[in-house]
Amino acid sequence: MDLGYHLLIDAVVVLILLFGIRQFRSASGARFGNLAAAFALFCALVIVWCRNPVLEPSLVIVGLLAGGAIGWLVALRVNMIQIPAMVAFQHGAGGVAAFIISFVELTRESGELTAVGLLSGILGVVIGAATFSGSMIASLKLGGLLRQTPTLLPKHTGILAGVLLLLLILGAVAWNSGSVLLLGSSLGLVVCAIALGIVFSIRIGGADMPVLISFLNATAGLAASFCGIIIQNRLLIACGATVAASGSLLTYAMCRAMNRNLWEVFIPRARPAASSANQAPAAARPPVAAAPETTENASSQQPPIARAAEAAKSAQKVIIVPGYGMALAHAQFEVVKFAERLEKMGKKVSFAVHPIAGRMPGHMHVLLAEAEADPDALFDMAEINAEFSTTDLVVIVGACDVVNPAAIHAENTPISGMPILAAHEAKQIAVFNLDARPGYSGVENPLYTNPKTILAFGDAKASLAELLNALQ
Amino acid sequence: MLDLFFMAAVFVFSFVVGYLLISKVPTRLHTPLMSMTNAISAITILGGILLFAVETTLFQKILGVAAIALAAFNTLGGFVITDRMLRLFKRKEPSS
Repeated sequence: MDLGYHLLIDAVVVLILLFGIRQFRSASGARFGNLAAAFALFCALVIVWCRNPVLEPSLVIVGLLAGGAIGWLVALRVNMIQIPAMVAFQHGAGGVAAFIISFVELTRESGELTAVGLLSGILGVVIGAATFSGSMIASLKLGGLLRQTPTLLPKHTGILAGVLLLLLILGAVAWNSGSVLLLGSSLGLVVCAIALGIVFSIRIGGADMPVLISFLNATAGLAASFCGIIIQNRLLIACGATVAASGSLLTYAMCRAMNRNLWEVFIPRARPAASSANQAPAAARPPVAAAPETTENASSQQPPIARAAEAAKSAQKVIIVPGYGMALAHAQFEVVKFAERLEKMGKKVSFAVHPIAGRMPGHMHVLLAEAEADPDALFDMAEINAEFSTTDLVVIVGACDVVNPAAIHAENTPISGMPILAAHEAKQIAVFNLDARPGYSGVENPLYTNPKTILAFGDAKASLAELLNALQ
Repeated sequence: MLDLFFMAAVFVFSFVVGYLLISKVPTRLHTPLMSMTNAISAITILGGILLFAVETTLFQKILGVAAIALAAFNTLGGFVITDRMLRLFKRKEPSS
């Protein structure tokens, strides 16, 4: 009698949540969708509280208020460049919550658990704990506190396999053991899973970070779902599954954008570029510092900024290609000013955004939105790639691999076969990168030696300000 | 057994519907999307509350409060950041 009623209420909550996600089809509806999802979560919380006797309401409220307040404060302070690090950190927080709950449920109800409950408890602990440590590493890397380049331990794949094997053994022990052994083996599982997360994510870096962060999104959802199975709560299972779906889809989209499969990202071969990556610490284009003198050196012959300004003046159709280097140099505001200046001069300006530009899916769009770029001028790779051949000037700001024609022509490089923005097809190209070093992949970019390219190396923010002056 | 079947059905239904809806989300909204789904994954907060539905030891109390606090951090923080990002996207639209 009561059951049908409860089921109906739960279904409504899940539908509100799905409606919220559906709203993300358009930028104008998404904000309402976000509110709807938050409302659905709030309802779920109230429902669970009403249906179950909460023996320690004061403790629950303290936890809610403390966590909520800190979350709120941090969320208001974070800037848009830090978003990937923040999101990764939150994946970790979700992982911790999932594994703690699975752990407590697993160890205190060991006698009464069904086989399904036991199994999902074990999985919840392992996936939650691994998500936690993996996310912390990802967050430290994205926040610049750890080197962004992959850290390769000796026999890395062997260690990874060893930890996995240990997890399997401990899982089997927990599966077969009574209450005493269960506590010990569960603790062992937590420790091992944390080690797994670290070993797993420490060797992923640079341009692969969007894949990692999407994957952790999926595992955080999965952990929540398993956590829901052990406590037999449908709302938890449903929400967790939705998140897992979202994470999986984004993981797939990111892999496809790089033309790599998941296995290649997570278990990278000792790739030939590893050596060249050593010479050129990759995406770690050290911000600013050396910039001014580089600009001076370059300008001693024929000032590239002046040439770029001339090219911009005579061009009719301009495409701007922003990359992560733009974000590192905090140059997005100058880039947008530059675009606005050109538009005032009557030129057609578009932005071409590669799917992996930035450090998480869609990051570049957020950065450009923050700088108030015209959303109608932003195009994805598929929409704009045919336009390059009729474009007079392509302005590349802090991007390398995503416009590297070697991806098309060269064989056996890490980026071979990766879809790129066809900047090389334009009549003229201006590159505003920090230096001539290859991008994260370590593959030399033939664009730099192309006669139609104007190289303006140095801090993009400073060079673009100079360029703006030249256009006044 | 019925329970297992039902739970599996809930999982599959939510996963499939979620997948279909999310495949319609444009690339430019992927960051806010992930930030929001991340907030949703903190639904584990329900599990944290349910921990206190039966008698708890001190150790379990500490763990429970920690789980609830982290999940609350995650949800509220996630929704607020998502909202901030989406405001950026909305700002320019009416004028252009």
